[in-house]
Amino acid sequence: MKEDESLRIEIGGINFGNPVLVAGGTFGFGEEYSQLIDINELGGIVTKTVTMEPREGNLPPRLAETPCGLLNAIGLENPGVEVFIKTKFPFLQKLNTRIIVSIGGEDEEDYFHLGQRLSHLEGIDGLEVNISCPNVLKGGFILGTKPKLVFSLVKGLKNVVDFPLIVKLTPNVTDIVEIAQAAKEGGADALSLINTLWGMAIDVETRKPKLGNITGGLSGPAIKPVAVRMVWQVFQKVGLPIIGMGGIMSTEDALEFILAGASAIAIGTANFVDPQTPFKVKEGIREYLNKKGIGNFRELIGTININ
Amino acid sequence: MHQIKAKILYNQKVIEKCYKISLHAPEVAQESYPGQFVHIRCTEGYNPLMRRPFSIYKADKGKIEILYKVVGKGTHLLSSKRIGEKVDILGPLGRGFKINSSLVRRVVLVAGGIGIAPLYFLASKLMKILEKKQKEKNFIPLPLIIIGAENEKKILEEEAFKALMVEVKIATDDGSKGFKGKATDFFASLFLIPKFLSSVDVYACGPLLMLKKIANLSYKYGFPCQLSLEQKMGCGIGACLGCVVKGRNGYLRVCKDGPVFDAREIDWNGVRSSNFTQRDF
Repeated sequence: MKEDESLRIEIGGINFGNPVLVAGGTFGFGEEYSQLIDINELGGIVTKTVTMEPREGNLPPRLAETPCGLLNAIGLENPGVEVFIKTKFPFLQKLNTRIIVSIGGEDEEDYFHLGQRLSHLEGIDGLEVNISCPNVLKGGFILGTKPKLVFSLVKGLKNVVDFPLIVKLTPNVTDIVEIAQAAKEGGADALSLINTLWGMAIDVETRKPKLGNITGGLSGPAIKPVAVRMVWQVFQKVGLPIIGMGGIMSTEDALEFILAGASAIAIGTANFVDPQTPFKVKEGIREYLNKKGIGNFRELIGTININ
Repeated sequence: MHQIKAKILYNQKVIEKCYKISLHAPEVAQESYPGQFVHIRCTEGYNPLMRRPFSIYKADKGKIEILYKVVGKGTHLLSSKRIGEKVDILGPLGRGFKINSSLVRRVVLVAGGIGIAPLYFLASKLMKILEKKQKEKNFIPLPLIIIGAENEKKILEEEAFKALMVEVKIATDDGSKGFKGKATDFFASLFLIPKFLSSVDVYACGPLLMLKKIANLSYKYGFPCQLSLEQKMGCGIGACLGCVVKGRNGYLRVCKDGPVFDAREIDWNGVRSSNFTQRDF
């Protein structure tokens, strides 16, 4: 990782070389993309969500495109934590970037066990607590819509692990601030905002849902304004560092999140469209700082000019 | 695997709704193997957002060619691109056909509609191997392709295969040319010929139901059979798990574990046509 003071950022105790991460679920466990891009140039990787037991995932089709958006219903397919540790983690461990492991479960106990199972491993910089996946029957975003459950889960997890905890919230709630506040009170070190918006699409020729799972999570540029708004609301009221995500395709998109209050951003769906996006954004932020004569990107965080 | 901006050398209509595009992409052409695909960004804009996967039709002399059908927004935009414009391509991707180079068994290719594209690349490769073998020694049976189409006007690449010296049989739904019926019906009828079934090596690409029928025949008669599948795709490199198909031991990624599968790898009972959409998003 090249040292560049102007892009460094510390979030919840994790020191990122730059504020551009890749979002959970869009980057696998890094190996596939390593053939295409220099992963060590990323600020960090959030892995595909890992669960205690292997998960087969949902019935295909798992993807459907909508205007400027992508619906997915993968269903947290993953090999389970034991296989993750044996076959996926060694690759991540060798990387010179921050590794955030995303964890998911059906109930509190699952998260606690996962935290404990991972806590012996060298090379994990933090956990992203996925309580916001719309594509699973149990757990998933139901956990992330109830402040009491969020509080209790985060607090319990904090008691059993030393990792910084980044709690990934769902936008499928009336009041995101209330949930963010609960995560903070539970002891979250940072927040990831936002997971996908719950949606669906229908093929009118066949009258069938376009996804095998019927409903799925919407990502891509279509959801960006919703994500920016939520980052802004949470930044004002909660006071936890935020990793902003939701449809970031360009430098300008990333800057919107930063001005709204994000301390870092994550690229998700855009990795599929152009795997170079994280680097374009990183370079673009650097250029913006130069153009505006700002010495450090940290000076930009939350500086939206309301008046 | 490369991501490059490839210059369009030509982009022409071949028959109604079907086009052939040639791209200057030396690195991709160099590494391409029959059955692999490229993932193309059809617009710089966000609508449509995702790349579209296309089987490689030809790869040589620094170029790759794609034979594609306009089925939606992405392919429509691609068809309107002009010579000299550039498109962002990612490839070559996926696992292609495994060629059994002994060629002792007779190769039979079955193509349904636009599914003919990867089979042409495969046939070119097979013919090169076959020529070498023929010089060396004995008789090797010529490959046969069964080209299925709705009607006479929709038959793709008949002459191209003939030029390769591949034996061509045509099947049309309306009987306007060749056998009346589906390519698979014609294919199944060949098994009435004694000895045929014990000596074929089958490669196919086309609509899902066609592939399912061929797979079932391969179980019944026990011939080797490789099928190229299609599915809505995300990353194209195996990371997002979006393009899966049900395999014997769990889901398989069409982009990385395929797109070419041995017929026995797929759990055909778990495959319903509603699990696939052949239209472009």
